[in-house]
Amino acid sequence: MADGTSVDDEAGAARFAQLLADEQRVEPTDWMPEGYRKTLVRQISQHAHSEIIGMQPEGNWITRAPSLKRKAILMAKVQDEAGHGLYLYSAAQTLGTDRDTMFEQLITGKAKYSSIFNYTTPTWADMGSIGWLVDGAAICNQVPLCRASYGPYARAMVRICKEESFHQRQGFEILLTLMRGTEEQRAMAQESVNRWYAPALMMFGPPDDDSPNSKQSMAWNIKRFSNDDLRQRFVDMLVPQAEILGVTLPDPAIKWNEERGHYDFGDLDWAEFHEVLAGRGPANSIRVARRRQAHEDGAWVREAARAYADARADERLAS
Amino acid sequence: MKTSHVKSTAITPESIEAAGAVAPLAVAEYAVGLGDDALILAQRLGEWIANAPELEEDVALGNIGLDQLGHARSLLTYAASAWGKTEDDLAYFRTEPEFRNRQLFELPNGDFAQTIARQFIASVYFVSLYRALEGSADPTLAAIAAKAVKEVDYHLDHSVQWLLRLGLGTEVSHERMQRGLDAMWPFTGELFSPDPLAVGLEGIAVDPETLREQFDATTARWIAEAGLTIPAAPSVRGGGRGGSHTEYLGPLLAELQVLARAHPGATW
Amino acid sequence: MTSPGESGGRETWPLWEVFVRSSRGLSHVHAGSLHAPDEIMAVRNARDLYTRRAEGVSIWVVPASAITASDPDARGAFFESPQGKEYRHATYYTESDSVPHL
Repeated sequence: MADGTSVDDEAGAARFAQLLADEQRVEPTDWMPEGYRKTLVRQISQHAHSEIIGMQPEGNWITRAPSLKRKAILMAKVQDEAGHGLYLYSAAQTLGTDRDTMFEQLITGKAKYSSIFNYTTPTWADMGSIGWLVDGAAICNQVPLCRASYGPYARAMVRICKEESFHQRQGFEILLTLMRGTEEQRAMAQESVNRWYAPALMMFGPPDDDSPNSKQSMAWNIKRFSNDDLRQRFVDMLVPQAEILGVTLPDPAIKWNEERGHYDFGDLDWAEFHEVLAGRGPANSIRVARRRQAHEDGAWVREAARAYADARADERLAS
Repeated sequence: MKTSHVKSTAITPESIEAAGAVAPLAVAEYAVGLGDDALILAQRLGEWIANAPELEEDVALGNIGLDQLGHARSLLTYAASAWGKTEDDLAYFRTEPEFRNRQLFELPNGDFAQTIARQFIASVYFVSLYRALEGSADPTLAAIAAKAVKEVDYHLDHSVQWLLRLGLGTEVSHERMQRGLDAMWPFTGELFSPDPLAVGLEGIAVDPETLREQFDATTARWIAEAGLTIPAAPSVRGGGRGGSHTEYLGPLLAELQVLARAHPGATW
Repeated sequence: MTSPGESGGRETWPLWEVFVRSSRGLSHVHAGSLHAPDEIMAVRNARDLYTRRAEGVSIWVVPASAITASDPDARGAFFESPQGKEYRHATYYTESDSVPHL
């Protein structure tokens, strides 16, 4: 045909459209539009990269955690993040891009990941804020993804959401303990919440009228709610939680709106968001360099294991 | 028909605290030595997270570190009961000479091969230590050992698998693995030198000298299988159980304790 | 065709599919995949990755390249045959609905 599509493609496209209309899952071997595949690979691999880079701001505190219980919790959490990265890379790999390739894109700075992890974690209270605000926002984003149309992605998200429920709680507990502690601890908690609040809200992405890809993703049943809807939902959850904690959310515009049945909140500094996203955040290059270093330092280990496996396979063939 | 439910009876720091067992003073001092070994090793393994050669290995080293931290917490919680203290009092508010760990555990990670060398030596030692300690007349120590022995069995398997792959993989890995063993080996002797904290605890503590034979046989077998050579270097003087340490423990403790010490008396 | 995602040897460590038996008496169920240099490490990585929360009592690992799947393009025809053979299901037999223990 003139536009380069074949009869097979047309049948595939019809089947694909029917699957979406029936709220069915698309599986790896199904025909899918190239744009759908590309969008998914981009989104899932960015999500995986975020988990992997996200190990650093918290991993940074494992050796200094102020109690052995907190040290154990933090180790388990950072380890979960490695696991979640792996689940997601597996899901993305079913679309035909292998993990080595995706990882290469990450460590050469070609791939994007959630800009939230380019902020640094100077205080222990940041472990609380990351759990409560960052993981809280992530869960808001991720729960609807458990129903995303692409089967392997949705299944990875189910596993991740199940495991992540403890992440937000332990963060909330860290802040709660600090707020019940000494004056210095309370100040530490408030200062940290001040820094993380706005970046966490920006995790839902730009406002709907400035989010060019959202419409298509919603039509493909990848995205289920708009950025602004999810952000509103998150703020509505945060306000009463902040009251329980006794922290002040750093936005004087937060106010209950009886008419809307939601909390109003102030505008966010999207210029900063785009700066950080563009790689000019406080820790962009450090985060990527650290992963690249680990990957390069480990090359001889991976090669040795491969050589050992190959030699054993050869031996078995010969015997 | 009767159905039996398998209930988790795994011992935890919380269950030790809840049981309210108070360690006799001499047992507590012995447990501090064992607890410090596990704590310092866990701290070193924690440094690997986000730095491992492959993501799967980040998860594996994390698991081993978490197991070691679990052993440390149980042992230190039990020990601390003798003085009406907590695991955190012991971990965060003792000074360097008050730490009783053997020096092997405080050595820097080095490259992956050096870490595997230390983990291999440590795991062979832990397996026979905890097997023996399972029979301790002190029920809390015996229970901690019974939980730990299953975990260190897996740690040994993990380090043996890597010992083989690095020893037989490539020329580079072979050389690095040998160098790692060479760096760690002088610290093996200390593991089996008399434990001053075990004196007078017959039937409760394990006499480290009784573990030597098994250690020599097991390590010799795997090192040979991996195509490597048992290092001939003489043992260092050691003395960790008496509070003598290498230059590496100070910075490790400074990092471990910095936040807790900046806020004495605080709850986290 | 093989399992989706198999990279045909491009990667340093190949892809493995992981199946976990969650408790005795149940089948092994596909849990996900991972990378490992060989089957010995694959089963250990699977233990660390997919049973961190006591999710399993047994694990299978299979090289992704060793899986043979039904032809995705023939799916309609391939799975068409059982349609119209409702007599394979107990619910087909309505005469005996009121008979106890049947």
